[in-house]
Amino acid sequence: MSRFQSSRCVLALLAAVFVLAGSVRAAQLTMYVNPIEAPYVTECVKEWMRQTGNEVTILTGPAASSDVLALYQQQLAAGTSDVDIYEVDVIWPGLLANHLLDLTPYSEGREKLHTPPVIANNTVNGRLVAMPLYLDAGMMYYRKDLLDKYNKPIPATWPELTATAKAIVDAERAAGNQRLWGLVFQGRAYEGLTCTALEWIDAYGGGTIVDADGKITVNNPAAVQALKEAASWIGTITPEGALNYAEEESRGVFQSGDSVFMRNWPYAWALAEEEGSPVKGKIGIMPVPAGGPGGKSTGALGGWGLAVSKYSKNPELAADLLFYLTSAEGQKKFSLLGTYTPSVVSLFSDPEIQAKNPVAILEVFNNAVPRPAGVTGSKYNRVSSEFYNAVHAVLSKKSTPEDALRSLEASLRRVSRGGW
Amino acid sequence: MESAAVETGLRYTRMRRLRTRTAWLFLLPMLVVLAAVAGWPLIRTIWFGFTDAQLSDLAAAEFIGLANYLDWDDAGYFGLLADPDWWLSVWNTIRFAVVSVTAETVLGLAIAMALNVNFPGKGLLRTAILVPWAIPTIVSARMWNWMLNDQFGIINDILMKLGIISTGIPWTADPSYATWAVIMVDVWKTTPFMALLLLAGLQSLPTDCYESARVEGIKPINTFLYVTLPLMWPVIVVAVIFRLLDALRVFDLIYVLTAGSKATMSMSVYARQQLIDFQEVGYGSAASTLLFLTIGILMLVYLKLTRSKLGKD
Repeated sequence: MSRFQSSRCVLALLAAVFVLAGSVRAAQLTMYVNPIEAPYVTECVKEWMRQTGNEVTILTGPAASSDVLALYQQQLAAGTSDVDIYEVDVIWPGLLANHLLDLTPYSEGREKLHTPPVIANNTVNGRLVAMPLYLDAGMMYYRKDLLDKYNKPIPATWPELTATAKAIVDAERAAGNQRLWGLVFQGRAYEGLTCTALEWIDAYGGGTIVDADGKITVNNPAAVQALKEAASWIGTITPEGALNYAEEESRGVFQSGDSVFMRNWPYAWALAEEEGSPVKGKIGIMPVPAGGPGGKSTGALGGWGLAVSKYSKNPELAADLLFYLTSAEGQKKFSLLGTYTPSVVSLFSDPEIQAKNPVAILEVFNNAVPRPAGVTGSKYNRVSSEFYNAVHAVLSKKSTPEDALRSLEASLRRVSRGGW
Repeated sequence: MESAAVETGLRYTRMRRLRTRTAWLFLLPMLVVLAAVAGWPLIRTIWFGFTDAQLSDLAAAEFIGLANYLDWDDAGYFGLLADPDWWLSVWNTIRFAVVSVTAETVLGLAIAMALNVNFPGKGLLRTAILVPWAIPTIVSARMWNWMLNDQFGIINDILMKLGIISTGIPWTADPSYATWAVIMVDVWKTTPFMALLLLAGLQSLPTDCYESARVEGIKPINTFLYVTLPLMWPVIVVAVIFRLLDALRVFDLIYVLTAGSKATMSMSVYARQQLIDFQEVGYGSAASTLLFLTIGILMLVYLKLTRSKLGKD
């Protein structure tokens, strides 16, 4: 080896040492986020890295949320410190709470800037285990043009909506529009039906299946009334096929112009308003209506938040990044990059967000109803499965609302054996 | 002479022993692989069936005996054997397997006999009928889901244009239709496989029986009943076993077409739901074990029935 070569080796070694030392000085954080949101999160994180001089690695997992959950659980059960921040679905805080850091000591009251339902959802046994990144809520889409044509006001209650839909469908069908239906929603036996039916019951003041104290409350007169109303739609204003619709099938019917109303998530707005959509410019959006004059308008709470792993080696720094991303500044940037709905209350009146995202209606998110995931914890999926199967039996007229709710109560008792 | 015989005998035994040893040696890697990929998971699953394991923390699993299968406390019976949903899924699976395999066998035999005739382009046709079998189930199930949609599905559209129905049938939504929709899609997909298996059988049949039948002037239907069917019986028995084993563990088709609906849930869908959705690895493993036992018992019954029939012939 010549002298020249050996001196180059020494230089290279020195360089390597400096690089290593550098990376030790600036802390290194790792985040797990959904593949769809990863580019926007990356963009938002850059600003924090610039301000603090720390490094953040962003990992993406599988696209299907049930696969993501399985992955998180394996990592958390193993107590790995490889990941500091996880992106979590709103129904996971109860499930993962034991592995997540209580953010209360780091929050300095910043959770009060967000819409209350999501903060309540993310608080498990008094511990704030996640902060919302963006929100989703069930919404009611309607055909502005058809309501105008028949001089109907935007319905504020379910009975009004039923009557309006019926009148328009009858008139349109008499005029030869045989394909038109009044209302489509997610009626397939899956998580989407739990969200949809929870809205009906909440609209009538029938509670949230299991209340915050873990008591099974679903068998009550208001819930019976809600399910009766829903069962009356099938075959009249709602096609029987809706019993197997997920989000995209509902959108297929509505966007083809074949339904007056549709219950769906905010994502459908941009697609229905896209160039070439048959209903472009003809639609409006509102909260899911109240059950009756005494009820409240509603919308099932969805969305994703960020949580810090209890096993993180840099909890303070991770919490700092988390609160940066979920701050008004962070959420605004994120919302505008990808058309997401923020959870920071002040952002709902922000003109830029209003212009880009008409779905950001504060009323919806202030009234949103969380699924009973926090209190039922790891048994939530079972509760949900029992619930959507009971509702499905009512909608397909295999069972009456009274019988279905009575046996649902009994099976939930079985599920809750030994406590939630 | 005697010693020579002993010598030969000894050599023969030694050779045989050597051969046996070589055979085992050759089989060993395969046995190790089998034990690792089939034996170990199977034993692990059976073991988990006796524990209260949760997906979130497998290491914390504790032995709870037969409680996953049957348990009793003040509130009544618990466990798989007391779960009406489990029994519904067993019934769903058996109904699905019997109806779909019967239909596939009958149709498959008819198609195989049609393809067994010499005609131009038969090679092409034989390949073409395999298309449904070649499409991955998950893809064809998604495809059928759209085709069976009540509002914009092509099946309802055709039926409506032909004037057979006036409004779209909710094929996959109404539980009473959904069972048949699932069976129909399975028949569509698997009949080609059955036809191919049976065609191979038909082509290996001796031709002299047919010649003598023709000479005797036997009617084609009798030729089929008294010549083809008895000769084909062993092939049919094997083909049906293949299909039954497959149909009894049906998962993808039902999962895609009707998701988590109890009305159409099969045993595999039930087990997966417990294992993954509900995170009950212990309970779900018990369900998987029962699924394994159920299939085993049904196969024994089937073999017993078909063998006694074979004996009579």
